[in-house]
Amino acid sequence: MLAYIFRRLWQMLPTMAGVILLVFLLFNWVGGDPAYLLAGKMADEAAIANIRAQLGIDQPYSVQLWIFVKQIVTFDFGNAWSTGEPVAQIIASRLGPSLTVLVPLTLLETVFGIALALAIAFVRGSLTDRAVMVACTVGMSISILVYIIVFQYFFAYKLGLFPVQGWGNSLGENLLRYALLPIIIGLAVSIAPTLRLYRSFVLDEVGQDYVRTARAKGLKERRIVWVHVLRNAAIPIITHVMANLPALLIGAFLLERFFGIPGIGREVILAVERSDFPVIKAITVYVAAATMVFNLLADLLYRAVDPRVQLK
Amino acid sequence: MVSPGLWTLAWRRLRADRIAMLALGVVGLFLLMLVLSSTGLVAADWEEEVAVTYAPPAFVGADAAVGALAQPQRPAPPNAFDPLAAEIEALKAEVRATHPPRPKALTLPFGADKWGHDVLKKTIKGGETSIVVGLVAAFVAVALGTLFGAISGFFGGVVDDVFNWFYSIFTSIPSILMILTVAAVLQQKGVMTIVLILGLTGWTGPYRLIRAEYIKHKAREYVMAADAIGASSWRKMFSHIFPNVSHVALVQLSILVVGFIKAEVILSFLGFGVPVGTVSWGSMLNEAQNELILGKWWQLAASAGAMALLVTAFSLFTDALRDALDPKLK
Repeated sequence: MLAYIFRRLWQMLPTMAGVILLVFLLFNWVGGDPAYLLAGKMADEAAIANIRAQLGIDQPYSVQLWIFVKQIVTFDFGNAWSTGEPVAQIIASRLGPSLTVLVPLTLLETVFGIALALAIAFVRGSLTDRAVMVACTVGMSISILVYIIVFQYFFAYKLGLFPVQGWGNSLGENLLRYALLPIIIGLAVSIAPTLRLYRSFVLDEVGQDYVRTARAKGLKERRIVWVHVLRNAAIPIITHVMANLPALLIGAFLLERFFGIPGIGREVILAVERSDFPVIKAITVYVAAATMVFNLLADLLYRAVDPRVQLK
Repeated sequence: MVSPGLWTLAWRRLRADRIAMLALGVVGLFLLMLVLSSTGLVAADWEEEVAVTYAPPAFVGADAAVGALAQPQRPAPPNAFDPLAAEIEALKAEVRATHPPRPKALTLPFGADKWGHDVLKKTIKGGETSIVVGLVAAFVAVALGTLFGAISGFFGGVVDDVFNWFYSIFTSIPSILMILTVAAVLQQKGVMTIVLILGLTGWTGPYRLIRAEYIKHKAREYVMAADAIGASSWRKMFSHIFPNVSHVALVQLSILVVGFIKAEVILSFLGFGVPVGTVSWGSMLNEAQNELILGKWWQLAASAGAMALLVTAFSLFTDALRDALDPKLK
């Protein structure tokens, strides 16, 4: 087991090196010279040379790459260009609000998704099943922007059930007041694709031999679905949820932007708007690293819930 | 007696699926609209200010307050000390002669936006941008994915390792983050830029599937036969194997079109997409967001409705296409 983990971590190194190289090429080579951007409209030669020396971009590419690698390893990306706040501090302080929305959202989405998928699998092939699937396709076709605009207008602005936007200081206030509507919208958007995916996981199991055996020995359909099928369908579901967590961190950027939640996703949008390269670079590299680690965790979890799986 | 091929059989299965044919019809209508608007036959004059600001849809009826605002204003009393009065009067007369003031409509079939543009025509024009971006970007992504997948799967070995390394790099960065990162670096707006961003970041899905198909196919007898008569690697890859795996590319293409239309809308909404002056469904939603607070819902309804209709039809058609091309899957 330990040997497996070490081997997987070892295999991550070339990929991580590739990610670093890709981000470096994008920003230091394709992106052009940021000194002109930073110096503003009234820049003289000396000011530009000064900024270039400060950023280290007057050095050869190999030295610049080494600086970038050192920044990643030491978590020290210097200060953000637009606000002057240390990048490490930005990431640390934006993680909390993002997780306040994402953790409840993921939990609720998984629970609802599983319950609905099993209920639909009960009546597979029926008119209800087909109607729900078409409804899911229609639900997935409406842009997430429309969900957010309409829900925010109707529930927060018109009915006044929730604050239109804002963020407080205590976890309880944030969770119960400010994060509630974003979580509801997130659920409304994600339930259709989740239900479709989980339904396919469940239907893969329904045709298996052990289900026939369970039926043959006279078990109730309800017990077969909720105990036997659920346990087996849970395996791909768990890995799916795990592997997707880091992407979700960014994926909620629209919710965070509309509701003024100071999270990672909103920070990325702001950084792109302000051409704040250090922030984007840091977030991209760390999210990529997190994606790899969570993929490994998903595989380990797979092993834990399904003893038949042999990790090689 | 010739036995029907894959495409004939797939078409027959598709024909039997009534939902798929309906969806195909809707997609066809959108594509027809796209051709008509890009050739200038329809909605070429969408930028003309034909109605009063926020003219409501005809079925809602004219808004008295909006109508009153549109009435010509009482002229200011003449000012005897104005040294430019005569010249301005001459200029005004010239403007009246070249651009005669036209009565502005109080209602339009589906309302007007802030500048009095016809929302229906604007939606058609915006759809043109969004659909073209989706189609071209999906084509670029599938072409790249197919090329990489074919080379990687056919040659194997070190070549395969290199492409797999690329694949693992691109998949370890979440796609939306990748898109935003590239948008931040390129710093130039334009339809071409979005197509490139989406196309260059979206090749991983087709790559994985096409590579698997090539690994499967390269050991088949017909490829060995082609090898025996001295066909080059390139010829084996693209004239012999590709027709047999092209259905995978086609399904990937239609999946990506849907995804890219959605992505373009989000990018344009955030202001990283189409440039100012180009209308797309995303930029319409951006305007509609503020209009909704004023109670002007028609631009939101038009752009969101058109997009939802197209994407629903396209998704239903894609599902049916996949089932028709791969009957084992069901």
